[in-house]
Amino acid sequence: MQLSGFLPRRQALQQRNYQHSRFSIGTRHILQGVSFVVVAVVMIPLLFLMTRAVGAGQEGIDYLVNPRTLQIIGNSIGLMILVTFFASCIGVPYAWLTSRSDLPYRRVWLVLGLLAMVIPSYLTAVTFTDAFGPKGMLQTILEPLGVDRLPSIKGIFGATLVLTLVTYPYIILPVRSALLHSDPALEEAGHSLGLNRFQVFWKITLPQLRPALSAGMLLTALYSLSDFGAVAVMRFNAFTRAIFIQTDSFRMDNASVLAIVLIVMTLGLLLVQSYLKNRGRHYRIGTGTRRELQPIKLGRWKYPAMLFCSVVIFLGVIVPLIVLFSWLIGNNLTNPVDVPMEELMQNTVGVSAIAAVVVTIAAFPLALLAMRSKTNMSRWLVNLAYTGNVLPGIVIALALVYFASQNMLSLYQTLPLLIIGYSIRYLPLSIGATQSAFAQINPRFEEAARSLGLSSWETIMRITIPLARSGIIAGLALVFLNVMKELPTTLILRPIGFRTFATRIWTAYDSAFLSSIAMPGLLLIVVSACALGVILWREDKAH
Amino acid sequence: MAQKRLTIVTLLTTILISIFSMPAMAQDDVLTIYSGRSESLIGPLLEQFTEDTGIEVEVLYSGTSAVANQILIEGENSPADVFISQDGGALGALADEELLMELPEDVLEQVVSDAFKSPDGVWVGLSGRARVLVYNPEYIEELELELPESILDLTGEEWSGIVGWAPTNASFVTNITAMRILLGEEETAQWLEDMIANNVQAYESNTPIVQAVIDGEIAVGLVNHYYLFRFLAEDPDVTAELHFFPGGDPGSLINIAGVGILTSTDQEDTALELVNYMLTESAQEYFSTETFEYPVIEAVEAYEGVPPLEDIEAPEIDLSVLDDLQGTLDMIFDSGALD
Repeated sequence: MQLSGFLPRRQALQQRNYQHSRFSIGTRHILQGVSFVVVAVVMIPLLFLMTRAVGAGQEGIDYLVNPRTLQIIGNSIGLMILVTFFASCIGVPYAWLTSRSDLPYRRVWLVLGLLAMVIPSYLTAVTFTDAFGPKGMLQTILEPLGVDRLPSIKGIFGATLVLTLVTYPYIILPVRSALLHSDPALEEAGHSLGLNRFQVFWKITLPQLRPALSAGMLLTALYSLSDFGAVAVMRFNAFTRAIFIQTDSFRMDNASVLAIVLIVMTLGLLLVQSYLKNRGRHYRIGTGTRRELQPIKLGRWKYPAMLFCSVVIFLGVIVPLIVLFSWLIGNNLTNPVDVPMEELMQNTVGVSAIAAVVVTIAAFPLALLAMRSKTNMSRWLVNLAYTGNVLPGIVIALALVYFASQNMLSLYQTLPLLIIGYSIRYLPLSIGATQSAFAQINPRFEEAARSLGLSSWETIMRITIPLARSGIIAGLALVFLNVMKELPTTLILRPIGFRTFATRIWTAYDSAFLSSIAMPGLLLIVVSACALGVILWREDKAH
Repeated sequence: MAQKRLTIVTLLTTILISIFSMPAMAQDDVLTIYSGRSESLIGPLLEQFTEDTGIEVEVLYSGTSAVANQILIEGENSPADVFISQDGGALGALADEELLMELPEDVLEQVVSDAFKSPDGVWVGLSGRARVLVYNPEYIEELELELPESILDLTGEEWSGIVGWAPTNASFVTNITAMRILLGEEETAQWLEDMIANNVQAYESNTPIVQAVIDGEIAVGLVNHYYLFRFLAEDPDVTAELHFFPGGDPGSLINIAGVGILTSTDQEDTALELVNYMLTESAQEYFSTETFEYPVIEAVEAYEGVPPLEDIEAPEIDLSVLDDLQGTLDMIFDSGALD
């Protein structure tokens, strides 16, 4: 244990010395300077909220300890635990089936399973209220059996159901990748020592998955804490909904207090995760090359396995699509406001593309610093840039709206402010993606370029960026996908009269114009699926 | 290599095209309207206004209380020129802060009823609406229920779980403000709590309530009168009817949707033009036949089939006193209706 703990650290030490000299001091200073500006913008909402919350003083504390507020905290924690648990229950077996078993058409099942990522939570929620509502589709089907009315799914049940179905892909991705890289020798040893298949899974495979699973669970937990659409539609009083209601009635101090508590909870989650991550050993120490993984035969378990995958996909992907199509052709109340689809498409794709480019450019110096410069200054800048991770969209929007209306009126209700909101939110995502693209570049190439007389700046432009291109494009697509689905920031920060698919869906839902949800919903899913395609294509290339 | 370059060029071109095709940023000569009325109710009329007068408008649509609060916060900095409200109370709240401009006499005198305009002359009603109970006659019969005499009766056990309301809707909020004045703070707060204890079903707005009543998801709902007519216009056979609480019950409040010009405006003339336009016969005709509300000028009649205004036994109350928006919002919030 001690030895294994020692080895990587020494390696890291060597690497750090070696990487310290990666940039000329001038280049590093430029990168740090640009990063500093980016980080300063990122920090605005957080600092502003903190002053507001502190400014609320005793009243803020009274509001915080009010039983109703405590209930909100309890609701959010409960929801987070339930969603993380159920998403893991779906994600882990799904990942195992699509990576280690001989399930027929594994690749197809995998892609179908990941499709749930392109359906925004509010769309799943809205379609579910219709499909499973008291007088919804399911009830119509059950009517001949004498079912007059189904119980409402609104509340914790509906919120958990919807969020589980949109987050399980976040478990599949890391777990599947860990399963593909795990060492079959350990499992074989287990078998030879007399464990049966389930015992092997439980005692050997699962512990090996812990880092990947905990990373996936963290993503799921963060998602369920910060999601607004599902809890709003399901009228479940979690933080984001409560903050929205407070914002809507312009109770800024209360909203700030709630936001700060939410930030503290998110921060706590991150700390717990980083503590867990540093425990135990999850890599192989045996010598020799890892053997190829043999698919495990499912035998007659094949059918229940396929049934399981089908049910997940049916609920997470097929039901929303069926409902959207039924609204498209169905006879619903006509919305007198007709917005051309081209306008929505143009606005949605346009603003998402701009945000993706801006975020990627802003993330660039930070990702370079994170990879190739290990000074304290660089490390601090990179860590602070991750602030967006603890700021749910609604909190960023809330802070920016107030900040701009009081201190920067020229930005108030403008597109740039909306872009800034998106950028703060998705900067960590972009840094991560760009950084992992850089990580796959052998530093020797850059060294060779330097030794042949290129300046460090030229090296970045002519060697680093071209080599990292496909990774950078995947990062762009990832941000694009997320911005396009984003709801609360868009709702609150959009300029007057600016409509996207998301806002159109939301306002139409608000007044029950179901038919005008259908088309924007379907188009949003199609465009998102294209972005997901780019991301998966890149994943394939990387493996 | 050539192919890759092509991909990048295509990507960049797409982005550039998107940037330039974005809607133009706020312009100075555009009239900025903050609307608490939903776009589906007022949007077509505003489009017609632009078409008829050539005056460009940009409209922020949100909830009436949200918009009113936003103007209160923005104060003198508000980009808004005109505030269109879903109820008189929010206009009153802005008038209290002296954020609304006094309107010329020739505008005010077009509105017949004194109840439908501000006593200080700072806002005018554009259309009238009544609070009603929408019900599903089949469901009511199935449950063997009698329609209630008063909104206060809905807390009875027999109504448990089958009543719908929209607690964030401005018309509902004003109805509660009226109840506070007519019944007193304590009784109103108690009513809210009893309703919640009686498992009242909450909806986002009025339309989903009417839809739920028609579907038989709930039996009755507290809404404005005109929503049902929008459903009837598309399908005359929908199973829902309106019930007006008799005897001046607070549940039969008559309210207005109205408009005011903000003191912070730099476009007084075009703003006035808009207000005048909304009081023309054609605009009032729109409210009567498209949104099924009560017109406020003499020349236009209410839509056939909508119960005459004078038949409604509404409570006696001055709309301009219904201005304690924040107090009502606090009460609704404290009751737990939004939890």
